[in-house]
Amino acid sequence: MTAAYALRDSTTMLRRNLRHLQRYPALSLFPILMPVVFLLLFVYVFGGTLGNGLAGGGGRGAYVNFLTPGMLLFTVATAAQGTAISVAKDMTEGIIARFKTMRIWQPSVLAGHVLGSLLLTLISLAVVIAVALLIGFHPTAAPVDWLAAIGLLLLLAIALIWLSVALGLTAKSVETASNTPMILILLPFLGSGFVPVKSMPAGLRWFAENQPFTPITDTLRSLLRHHHVGSTGTTAIAWCLAITAAAYLWARYLYNRRPAH
Amino acid sequence: MSGLRKSFGEHVVLNGIDFAVAPATVFALLGPNGSGKTTTVNILATLLSPDAGEVRVDGHDVARDADAVRDVIGLTGQFSAIDELLTGRENLALMADLHHLARIDAQRRTDELLERFDLLDAADRTAATYSGGMRRRLDLAMTLIGAPRIMFLDEPTTGLDPRSRRTMWEIIRGLVSDGTTVFLTTQYLEEADQLADHVAILDGGRLVAQGTPAELKARVPGGHIELTFADPAAYRAATGILHAPARAEDALTLQVATDGNVATLRRVLRELDDADVDVDSLSIHTPDLDDVFFALTGRPAASEPDREHEEASR
Repeated sequence: MTAAYALRDSTTMLRRNLRHLQRYPALSLFPILMPVVFLLLFVYVFGGTLGNGLAGGGGRGAYVNFLTPGMLLFTVATAAQGTAISVAKDMTEGIIARFKTMRIWQPSVLAGHVLGSLLLTLISLAVVIAVALLIGFHPTAAPVDWLAAIGLLLLLAIALIWLSVALGLTAKSVETASNTPMILILLPFLGSGFVPVKSMPAGLRWFAENQPFTPITDTLRSLLRHHHVGSTGTTAIAWCLAITAAAYLWARYLYNRRPAH
Repeated sequence: MSGLRKSFGEHVVLNGIDFAVAPATVFALLGPNGSGKTTTVNILATLLSPDAGEVRVDGHDVARDADAVRDVIGLTGQFSAIDELLTGRENLALMADLHHLARIDAQRRTDELLERFDLLDAADRTAATYSGGMRRRLDLAMTLIGAPRIMFLDEPTTGLDPRSRRTMWEIIRGLVSDGTTVFLTTQYLEEADQLADHVAILDGGRLVAQGTPAELKARVPGGHIELTFADPAAYRAATGILHAPARAEDALTLQVATDGNVATLRRVLRELDDADVDVDSLSIHTPDLDDVFFALTGRPAASEPDREHEEASR
C-alpha cells in the first residue's frame, strides 16, 4: 500500500519545497515583505484619518489595533498566492510525469506544497505581528485567546492554501497562476479588515457582511481584545472547514484528471 | 498489449495497437510526430488510461494495478523531468528518497550514477546551469536510481548533438546488457536500426509494420545507385545504355536498381565509360529503415543528419 509511505513521501516533498523557497527568494520574501509594507502604509499614511473615523475616534493609535487582525488575514492570503505559482510551475514541467509514474503516495506531491506554504505563512505571521507590536499594536488577549487566534489563522491558512493549490492546478501557465489568486488578496479589503463595514454603501456593505473573511476578521479581533466571541466564531470556523473540504476535493480531482503534458 | 485504443474527444489517437516486448531487449516504436508514440508510452507508464484493449506491463494490468506497474518501471519522457532548482546530487537524492531507499544505499547509488554519467564535477551545481546533454544524462540517472526492470524512453535523443546521441546509445546498450527491458520511441530510423531488436512502425494511430530491422528491410527492395549527369545529352544517353526509366530529367539524376555489390557497380560504370558518357557524381543507396518507412506510409521519414549515404565524385 502506498498510503504507508504517506508521511515519508510528504516529508520528502516538503524538503524539496523548502529548498525551492531557499533557492528562489523572490517567492519566499514577497509574502513576508508585502504585508509589512502594507501595514506600515496603512498605519502611517492612512491611519491618522481612518482612526478618527472609527467609533470613538482615537486616531492612528486606535487604527493599529483595528487594522492588525485584518492585516493578519491579508498576510495569510498573500502567502497562499505563492502556492498557486509553485504548484503551476511544477505542473508545467516534466518532473510531474516522473512523480506520477513512481510508486509514491500520490497526494504527497500536493501535500509538500501545502506544508511548505504553511511554514512560510507562520513565519510571515510572526514577522507581521512583531512589526505591529513595535508600532503600537496593543492586544489585551489572554494566552488562551492567543492560542485560539493562532488556531483560527492556521485553519484559514490551510483553507486558502488548498484553494490556491486548486487554482494552480487549473492554470495553463505560471503567469495565469500568479493572477487568479489575486482575488484572495482583495477580499480582506472588501470586508471588515481595513474599515468598519458600516461605513460602506449598501450593496458593498451587504457583500462585506456576508463574505467569509468578515466573520474570521471579527472573531480574530474579538480574541485579540479578549472580548466574547459568540456565534461569529462558529461561522468563521465553518467557513474555513467548508473552503478546505471543497478546495481539497477540487484539487484532488484536478491532480488525478490532468495528464502530464 | 492488445487492441489498445485511445481517443481525446473526437480525435482518435490510437486505433487498435497490438504488440509484445521480450524481456531484456530493446523495442523501438518508430513514427513521425503526431503518430501516437507519446500517447502509447504514457499509457504503458500509467500516466493515461486506455479507452479499450488490454495493456499489461510485467504481467500487471496498467489500468487496474498501476502501483504494481510503477514498481518495476522507469520513465524518461520527452520533456526534461529534472528539478532545476536542485543540484544534480539533490535531484538524485530526491529520487532515492521517493524510492524509499535506505540512506546508505541512496548515497552509494547516487555517487555511482554521478560517476557513470560523468556528472561528478557538476554534482553540486543547480541543474538550471546544465547543458542539454547533461540534463538528459541526469534525467536518465534519476530514472535509474530505482533500478527499474523496464525502462520507457520517449525520444531519448531528440534535440541532442551527434556526440551526446552516441553517448546515449552506449548507455542504452549498457542497460540492456544488464538485463533491463527498454521500450523507446524515436523519429530517427537510424536510431531504431542501431539499437532495437524489434521495431514497430506507428503511423496515424495504427501499427503499419513490425519485426526485426533486418526483416523490415527485407520487405523493401530499396537498393539502388543514383547517378547525376552534367548535361541533358549525357543524361539521355545514359537512360538508353542502362535501360533505366527517365524519371528525374530536371535533376539529371538516374536511379539504377541494384543489390549493392561491387560487380554491378563496376558493370554500370564500364558501360557508361565505353559509351563516353561522363558521370558527374554517384551515390550508393542500400535499403534502410527509411525505405521501409517510405514504402509503408508513402511519406518520407523525418530527416536524419547522418544517414548511411556513401557519396563519391569524379
